[in-house]
Parts: sequence; C-alpha cells; structure tokens
Amino acid sequence: MDAAVAEVTNSYLAAFDTAGRSTSEPKSRPGLRREAMDRFAALGFPTKRHEDWRFTNVGPLGRSEYSLAVTPGKVTLEDLSLWIYPDMARAVFVDGHFVAELSDLEGLPEGVRVGGLAEALADGDTVAHEQLGRYASFDEQAFVALNTALFADGAFVSVPRRVVVERPIQLVFVTGPEAHRMCFPRNLIVAGEASQVTLIETYAGLGEDNFTCPVTELVADAGAVVDHYRLQQERTDATHIALQHYHCERDSNVSSHSLSFGGALVRNDVRAVLDGEGVECTLNGLYLTRGRQHVDNHMWVEHAKPNCNSYELYKGILEERSRAVFNGLIHVHHDAQKTDAKQTNRNLLLSADAMVHTNPQLVIHADDVKCTHGSTVGQLDADAVFYLRSRGISEEAAKSLLIYAFARDIVDRVRVEPVRKDLEEFLFSRLPKGEIVRQAV
Amino acid sequence: MLKIDNLHVSIDDNEILKGLDLEIKAGEVHAIMGPNGSGKSTLAQVLAGRDAYEITAGTVDFQGEDLLDMEPEVRACEGVFLAFQYPVEIPGVSNTYFLKAALNAVRKHRGLQELDAMDFLKMVRERMKMVEMDESLLNRPVNEGFSGGEKKRNEIFHMSVLEPKLAVLDETDSGLDIDALRIVANGVNALRSPDRSFLVITHYQRLLDYIIPDFVHVLVDGRIVRSGGKELALELEERGYGWLEAEVAKSPVAANSVGA
Ligand SMILES: Nc1ncnc2c1ncn2[C@@H]1O[C@H](COP(=O)(O)OP(=O)(O)O)[C@@H](O)[C@H]1O
Ligand SMILES: [Mg+2]
Repeated sequence: MDAAVAEVTNSYLAAFDTAGRSTSEPKSRPGLRREAMDRFAALGFPTKRHEDWRFTNVGPLGRSEYSLAVTPGKVTLEDLSLWIYPDMARAVFVDGHFVAELSDLEGLPEGVRVGGLAEALADGDTVAHEQLGRYASFDEQAFVALNTALFADGAFVSVPRRVVVERPIQLVFVTGPEAHRMCFPRNLIVAGEASQVTLIETYAGLGEDNFTCPVTELVADAGAVVDHYRLQQERTDATHIALQHYHCERDSNVSSHSLSFGGALVRNDVRAVLDGEGVECTLNGLYLTRGRQHVDNHMWVEHAKPNCNSYELYKGILEERSRAVFNGLIHVHHDAQKTDAKQTNRNLLLSADAMVHTNPQLVIHADDVKCTHGSTVGQLDADAVFYLRSRGISEEAAKSLLIYAFARDIVDRVRVEPVRKDLEEFLFSRLPKGEIVRQAV
Repeated sequence: MLKIDNLHVSIDDNEILKGLDLEIKAGEVHAIMGPNGSGKSTLAQVLAGRDAYEITAGTVDFQGEDLLDMEPEVRACEGVFLAFQYPVEIPGVSNTYFLKAALNAVRKHRGLQELDAMDFLKMVRERMKMVEMDESLLNRPVNEGFSGGEKKRNEIFHMSVLEPKLAVLDETDSGLDIDALRIVANGVNALRSPDRSFLVITHYQRLLDYIIPDFVHVLVDGRIVRSGGKELALELEERGYGWLEAEVAKSPVAANSVGA
C-alpha cells in the first residue's frame, strides 16, 4: 500500500471510530463490523494491480475528502419529483438514512415489511438478524468490507411466504444537498418462499461530488419471483461503487435490470449465486455514457446446483470520451449439470474517443452443460445508415433509429410500465433526432 | 430525367466506372446488363449517394439538378429510389416504423401532409397485396430473417410506397424463382407511368421477358460497350458476354463506338 492510499485508508478507519461502533449488528454475526473494518484495513483500496480493477481507477477516491453522512441532509418531496414513481410504494433514503416523512408505505399487504434496516435491527426483526451479512462476502472485496463496517442504515424489505406484492416498491437513494459526503447504504431484501415482488432501486443525488457505496443483499427463497430494477441516475460528478448480491434458492426466478446513466465513476458488482435446482436468473443491463463518465459492470454468475438457467445481456452506448468496462464470469460448479448459461455484452461506440474493455469468461467444472458467451464492440453499421438514408431518412434520424434499435431489446424487457416509459423518454432525449424515433415507434 | 455524362468512379484508387454515359427520359425503362464485376452495382450505389465511392470525373443531372451534390436522403426525397442487390437487415427497426419514417420524410420534402396512421396502414396494405407480401412481414424488423425472395419483394414494396420518379433496381431478379420473379415484375409494371423511369440492372435476360425495356445497355469493365433495343438482351442470352468482353479487350474505345 503506498503512502497516499494508506492515509486515505486511515481516514476511513477514523470514520469507523466515530460512527461505526454505535450502530447495531446482526445477532447472527457478532463482531461483524469490527471484522469488516479489519479486513478493509488489510486490503486497502484496490489498485490497478488487482485483476478485477485493472481498468477502473479508484484513485480519485483517495484525492477527495469525503465526510461520513452521519445524519440525513435536508431534502423535500419536491426535490425528488424527477425520480419518484407516484403509484408505487416508496421508501426514501437520504444520505443512506431512512426518512419516513418522504416515504409512502401505505397499503402494503399484511406481513410485508419495508423501511429502514437500522430500525429493523433495533426492534429485533428475526429475518434481518438472521440474513444480514450472510451473503455479501468481504474477504476480497474492500468496498463491501467498508460498507459492512460503516453502514448506518439502508433498506429492509421482507416479503413473507406466499405473499404476492402487486404494486412495485420503489427504494429511492438520494444524496442530500451537501457536497463531498459519503454514505454506505446497506440493503437487505428477502423474498420468502413462493412470494412475488417487484423492486425499483433508484440512485440519485442533489449535492456536489458525493460518494455512495451501497451493498444490496437480495435473497429469493424457494419459488420466489423477484423483478429487481436498479436505476443509476446520479449527478455526473458522483462516485458510485456498489455490490448487488442475488442469492437464488430452488425454483426461484430472479430478473435484474441495471439501467445506468448517471455518475462520473460507477462500478457495479453483480453476484448471482444459483444455489438450488431449477433457478432462472436473468440479468439485463444498459449503460449510456458520455463526457468522461466511466462505468464498470463486473458480473459473477455462480451455478452451484444442477438444472439452472442464467441469461445475461448487457448493452452499452458510449459517447464522447466515456469509458466502459464489462467483465462477466460464469462459474459452473462441479455438480451443476444441465446448466444453461448465456452471456452477451454488446457495445456501441458513437465516438472515436470512447473506449470499452470487455471480457467475458467461462469457468466450467461440470461436463453436461450449455454455456455460451460473446461480446462485441462496434460502431453504427454504415450499410444500415446508408440503407435508411437512401429511403429518405436523414442521417441523424437514421442514426437515432439505429441507436434506439440497439437498445430496444433491453427496453422491451422492462416489465414495469412507468420505468419503461421513463427509459424510452430518456433514450429519446439522448438521441439527435429522438422526436422522429418517438413518432416511428 | 437522368443524364450521366462521362462518369468516372474509383474505390480505393481502383477505377471501376471509366467514363459512363447514359440518358434516361421520363417514362422510359432502361436495362443494364453485364458480367459480374463490371460495375453495375457501383453505378447503382453512386446514383443513390453511397459515399464510399470517389467520383473522379463526370456529371449526373437529375431533373435539371446536380444529383452528385445531394445527400442520399435528399435524392430519395427528390425521387430517386434504389432497390438494393443485397438489402440490409436492420434488427430492432420494424418494417412499418421504417416505412412510416421514410414516407413522412419524403412527403414532407414534397410539400405533402404526413399520412395519419389509418391512411398509412390502408396504403401499406394495398401495396403489400401488389407484391403478394405477407402482412406479418410488416411488424418484423426490416429484412431480418426474411428469405432472399422476401427481401427482394420488400424492396419493391418500399418502392411502391415511396413512389419514386426514378427507380434503380439492382439485380432484383437474382435468386428468385419464376413465381417470385413474376410477382416482382408485376409490381414494377404496375408502377410504370409516363413520368416515372426505371433503370433495371440484371445479369440475366429472364427478367426482361416480364419487364419489357425500351433500351438495353451492356456494361463491361466500367463502360457501356453496346446499347440497343430489347432484342439486344436476347442476343446476349444466346451469345453470352464473352464476345463483347473480347472486343473490349482488343479495342476498348472502338467497342464503345459500336453502340447503337
Ligand atoms: N467496396 C468495394 N471495395 C473494393 N472494391 C469494390 C467495392 N465494391 C466494388 N468493388 C469492385 O468493383 C468492381 C465492380 O463491382 P460491382 O459494381 O459490384 O459489379 P457488379 O455489380 O457489376 O457485379 C468489382 O471488381 C469489385 O470487386
Ligand atoms: Mg452487382
């Protein structure tokens, strides 16, 4: 560890001393926070020498002085109007802290719990105490260690066995108006046996240059059906380093949609562990970047049991000098026979200065499996542009149609109508001739 | 309608069209025949505005205006249509969206009102019948997963919707069975009119049994080496291109002057 990094690491250790100790821990893991902090101290921030961080430089974290958000900043409902979906149940977190006044949790089915994790721990919720910290390992993950040590609060969603939650639940994570703050939202979502729930995690920000480092553990118990959306809509000066861990039990069906537009430096680690037979896990992603945005998606899909399917499709559209990284590992364990795993990453570069590093990998220890992976990086197809133009469509409109077409299958997979509409509108707004595309589609 | 004068075209410093002259008047149907690689598609693409080709000399006048100076979409709006030899597959863009966007652009340019959804659909259905195209192809992405014949029919279908002044058909007959060929030819014949011209590029005489041309030109090695009436196509059918190629090899300039 070099001196500068060591110094920054020390400032996080100090943050732990002021904030970490007072906060509660899951009963199932006494000493968890101390353990995590020690682990972080040992690991330090990753550098480019770490295989998983070769193309994503977290150096800027070391140059900024972030103060830990001990209390939530002042935010009104009006401030959130851009990001909230009025017809959904809603829990709002400001600087990582649950804010009841901004939330609307009326009308949830009986037994469904949605709210702050700190409160759930404080009042002894058994699910929270049993499940928290069980899945997101921090052995090698410095940022997960940091989150585990420093989190103050976050979302807790618990859906009991057989309960179907019809209305989507939106979890809004917003950073308050203060600048240079950091927060570590810790989210635990547990969908009980044969339950069904749709969740929208929105990340947005008001203040300048904030650092958000969330960890979401999502547990789908046997036969549960979970549709999980993650909307990255932060300011383009924000830093965001996140882990989503999906733990999928037998016969569960988990869909994940990662829609990433905001942030200056964004890193999303996605881990899906298919830990029972008959799991179906779909991971969709779309990232749109421009300016100097940097978005890194690191995927680990672990097939631990036989007869599971995983389908991954991540697409990126890069403009200007932006950068993207995609690293996708599918790991099929020894006895995970009849695995069907498919992974695709496609990138569309709209500028000569944009750049993508894409690296799909398969590690297969079973012999009777169907695994495919592939990645592409390319520009708009000149033949297609010309074909459209030769029928009277202007060059900009032709390109807009083709860019939209590129993103289209991800859009179509979004099952929550207002989210899909929002996504479409966002795409139209980003296209040079969005109006023409809107009329055409 | 169209006047091509001494057109020279290169790609990667390779001269492909070497001084091509051609005049097409309103209402006429001209056929261009020639061996593979003689430059037929190059001519078609240059007329449509493909910028991969470098025009080193010559002029193309379309209805009194400099065609080469126009962007491809402007040419289309002005009434040039190219049926591609290899129609491009466009995943994610449905045939209807594409046509609606194209038709609206063209109508706007021509000072016409955009069609509303009902009128558009009515027109599209009617034109589809003309080329006996299955309606299911409307909602599929443009050309994606279409058979060879479906792609060619789709081109003619687009043409019938866009109602061009000058239609260039680049080997629209290639790969078609006789039934499909008849359908395509019927589609073209239905659109023939005194103010619409056609440039029909083909490798085989067969198509010209159904689309009767006013003039036939033979393109060899980037030049029109012979022009004549429809009987020239029959002569080529019998004798092949070899004898003309041989003449060109002997004396390219003389061969050119043999033209009718
Ligand atoms: N994009 C290209 N790059 C290089 N050479 C080309 C290209 N397009 C055509 N050519 C060459 O130009 C010549 C004429 O091609 P083309 O116009 O397609 O002929 P035709 O349609 O008569 O078969 C051929 O020798 C071909 O190899
Ligand atoms: Mg050709």
